[in-house]
Amino acid sequence: MIKVLFFAVLRERLGTSEVAVEDFHGSTVADLIQHLEQRSLKWHQELASQDVLAAVNQQLVSHTYVIEAGDEVAFFPPVTGG
Amino acid sequence: MQNVKIHVYEANFDVGEEYRYLADDAKFGAVVTFTGLVRELQSGKLTAMTLEHYPAMTEKALAAIVSEAQERWPLGRVTVIHRVGRLTLNEQIVFVGVASAHRNAAFAAAEFIMDFLKTRAPFWKKEHTNDGDYWVTAKTSDEQAAQRWQANKDALDNEG
Repeated sequence: MIKVLFFAVLRERLGTSEVAVEDFHGSTVADLIQHLEQRSLKWHQELASQDVLAAVNQQLVSHTYVIEAGDEVAFFPPVTGG
Repeated sequence: MQNVKIHVYEANFDVGEEYRYLADDAKFGAVVTFTGLVRELQSGKLTAMTLEHYPAMTEKALAAIVSEAQERWPLGRVTVIHRVGRLTLNEQIVFVGVASAHRNAAFAAAEFIMDFLKTRAPFWKKEHTNDGDYWVTAKTSDEQAAQRWQANKDALDNEG
């Protein structure tokens, strides 16, 4: 199982802060995004954006990063702190 | 990390107190501090903002940024404080303080930490205005500010 978290505008637009993905057989962050996009047109629109950043186990990664079972994956828009 | 203080919380901070901590080591003769505040929008309609973050990742991301600064410059004490939650106009948001033996390293490291905090640390601002609530979008200029440090490093590596 993979725990997937969403933050900020992405969390609001998807209407959830966390989903558990049981049946993920892809390998990379990009594969996981494609998998989640199949949930609905809204998910497709929100996640297809080039701007979605990904972190795996609390580290920023590129979309080619390979996910392992048990990982915590987070998706969020470009950061705006400071 | 030794000499590194990283805090993410809702409470306010006292710049004087943070400065005294940074300055309290005679080996380091330069202290640079930066404080970021909630600024009014050009429209004059901002009433407050809410800072969201990714709690499990935030302190790790800030520690990684500070650690990279320590690799580039000889630093003494380093403090990074970032507030979260709802903040009103003119309230303090962020504090970065760096001690070093000389001013060049202290200035550069403080700017480096802020540039990377703004582009790599998982914080998001939502502005509350008289017209509604809006998520702040990332600025290209902030990303460019962070990238120029990589360019600086490449140039130095090539010289070496």
